[in-house]
Amino acid sequence: MPLVPLIRIADARSGDKGEGSNVGVMARSDAAYTFLASALTPEVVRRHMAAINAGGVKRYEAPGLRVLNFILQDSLGGGGSASLRTDAQGKTHGLALLRLELDVPQNVLDATPQ
Amino acid sequence: MPRKDKVLVANGQGFWGDSLLGPIRLCREGPIDYLTLDYLAEVTMSILQKQYLRDPSKGFATDFIRMVDRTAPELVKKGIKVVANAGGVNPMACKEATLGVLRKHGFKGVKVAVVEGDDIYGQLDGLLAGGETLANMDTGAPLASVRERVSSANVYLGAFPTAEALDQGAQIVITGRGTDPGLVLGPLIHEFGWKRDQFDLLAAGTIAGHIVECGAQCTGGNYVDWRSVPDMAMVGYPIIEASADGSFVVTKHAGTGGLVTPRTILHQLVYEMGDPRNYIGPDCGADFTSIRMEQVGPDRVRCSGAKGSAPTPTYKVSISYQDGWKALGQLTISGPDALAKAKLCAEIVWKRLAYDGCTFNDSEKTVEFVGANVCHAGIAVPHADEPNEVVLRIGVKGADKAKIERFGYELVPLVTSGPPGVTGFAGGRPHATEIIGFWPALMRKDKVATKVSVFES
Repeated sequence: MPLVPLIRIADARSGDKGEGSNVGVMARSDAAYTFLASALTPEVVRRHMAAINAGGVKRYEAPGLRVLNFILQDSLGGGGSASLRTDAQGKTHGLALLRLELDVPQNVLDATPQ
Repeated sequence: MPRKDKVLVANGQGFWGDSLLGPIRLCREGPIDYLTLDYLAEVTMSILQKQYLRDPSKGFATDFIRMVDRTAPELVKKGIKVVANAGGVNPMACKEATLGVLRKHGFKGVKVAVVEGDDIYGQLDGLLAGGETLANMDTGAPLASVRERVSSANVYLGAFPTAEALDQGAQIVITGRGTDPGLVLGPLIHEFGWKRDQFDLLAAGTIAGHIVECGAQCTGGNYVDWRSVPDMAMVGYPIIEASADGSFVVTKHAGTGGLVTPRTILHQLVYEMGDPRNYIGPDCGADFTSIRMEQVGPDRVRCSGAKGSAPTPTYKVSISYQDGWKALGQLTISGPDALAKAKLCAEIVWKRLAYDGCTFNDSEKTVEFVGANVCHAGIAVPHADEPNEVVLRIGVKGADKAKIERFGYELVPLVTSGPPGVTGFAGGRPHATEIIGFWPALMRKDKVATKVSVFES
């Protein structure tokens, strides 16, 4: 199976939620959603973002929208005006997650627009 | 009252600091019935509260007055109604300034309404004495533990008071703290006569409001496939073309830049989202997964099928409090060996401070090497360790203001007593600034009284 970055099959947008952030991952095909629902677990996301997020990761599923929504529970260095980080609002966390490399089956790639 | 079958609600301001061109161009470049404007964030309320305590004529979003000044002739000529949470902690002063601008332009008889009741700062002690704990929703701690440091307290009001103001003939409605989606929902309740128990309709208006609440973030801004977005400079701000049955089309004015597709809208639907099935608002719960989207024309997406549920008996309360001090500074370090030299600079700062008895633990310090993979820390990216220059961004926080101030003295000296190639110190010495903590809480709705007043220019 080809190793490709998540951005090949999904979009993402992120923003702040209290002391954490949310990353909404939007699969670009039904096949991509089905694949990601099993491959993109909270633990996979937690490990990939471990240097950014000190807390746990919670996942919500919305198959009708082909969305997996991840809450990174401690990813802003305090959150709000208490954060000293450049990205105190988690605006770049979506693109950070889209760098994750996954073994994606060829049939999923074929079914998913670039 | 006769009802229209279609209402155009535009959002021209996603946050305080958004482009001044958003509302101006929406008034100019095509038809709209309503212009909504969002000026408030959690930190904003605290800043406005401080301005108000220093000067009782302040405490509201002054950008709004500038906006009314720029657009007043078009607003009045075209009969565009305005709903803005520009009132901050002093909506009456905001109303006075608005009337002043309308008078300056010679417009008489324009009705300006004020929605009050969100500001519970003055009632906090009574509420606490009466049994409301206003416990922190994240930590469970009672507000009493930080009471003496509280700097503002506002309820997120729903959309019905805004609808009431419009029912009374207001052309401009100024509110304090309310939910952002309520800026759009209010006009729809007024126009279509939606009732408090029509939860699917209220959810539709809430979701429409959520889609447009960050301005151009649903019309091609902050979009992963950014190369496909035409003329981002002249991006069109979003317009909801709403129908009484709760369906709506998201669009933008013809000829403007940007892009409206189900994909750009989905980007915004998930923004700052928690549980997609259970968005909790003051007027209803909303199920974001119930929405169906369909491209029905160029830059036109029809949304339908929204499902809602009964609201909770509580309002969310936004409380801010003084939570210590921080200072941040930055220097630019050029190559060769930019990253190694920047790391040395950071070590020098901590060592010189420690010599003077000033130390910080890890949770009080931040060191970033901007240009060498700060945003995607820990994730492998090419050439992260060999940039030709990096920005050393270094900061501290803590309860002791004097210690935070002391830190600021050791940054600029690196230019002459550190490695070669250190520059970019134009900002000078970093100073201690206040950290404003955010304290989310809940309180019973029956303890909040809203009030709508209408005035005339």
